[in-house]
Amino acid sequence: MPYSESYIKNKLIEGLNASHVEVIDQSDGCGAKFSVVVVSDAFEGKPLLQRHRLVNALLEEELKTIHAFSQKTLTPEQWEKQKS
Amino acid sequence: MIPFRFYNAVRGFATKLDKIGNLVKQNKVVVFMKGIPEEPKCGFSNAVVQILRMHNVNYDAHDVLQDEELRQGIKDYTNWPTIPQVFINGEFVGGCDILLEMHRNGELVQELQKVGIKSGFVEKEEKKEEKPKE
Repeated sequence: MPYSESYIKNKLIEGLNASHVEVIDQSDGCGAKFSVVVVSDAFEGKPLLQRHRLVNALLEEELKTIHAFSQKTLTPEQWEKQKS
Repeated sequence: MIPFRFYNAVRGFATKLDKIGNLVKQNKVVVFMKGIPEEPKCGFSNAVVQILRMHNVNYDAHDVLQDEELRQGIKDYTNWPTIPQVFINGEFVGGCDILLEMHRNGELVQELQKVGIKSGFVEKEEKKEEKPKE
């Protein structure tokens, strides 16, 4: 089943209480290749592996059909730093 | 009584994970990827190969495309849904995104150092610094 950018985005916002989410569908519309940026308080104090595990767990069902998935997981503080 | 088929399935699962548990300890750095380092079959696997090449790391690579059982087995072992997967000292480190981030922030050099591998990336940087003194 193909997924839309907004479907993935909403799921990440709800599941991780994310303050900022960017989802880019890199599959030319087939809905199976995504790149995401997630900014959430939930990542505070967690190493990168644990952060990615949170995202993976949330998208467990979707990742069975999404064949390429790239993620950046930032705390609000890191996100502010990166923007400036 | 446990039905025979069920028992067999459980035993098969356990052996598979044992096998992977041994594989990940056979070298200080072990990578599960699509294709082989000389010919990666996916951009994410290629990125991992390029990063390890920059650091001049000697590692074991296992091609999951050649072995469907290994492909599923490694995902079960780490509870991680995607390939490539990188191990240092038998410990799961992460996939391509994590390795790339560790390369950028210097963590990879430290992790390699912990297991006694001097990163070739550091040596190159050191040489650059030495040159002006000559």
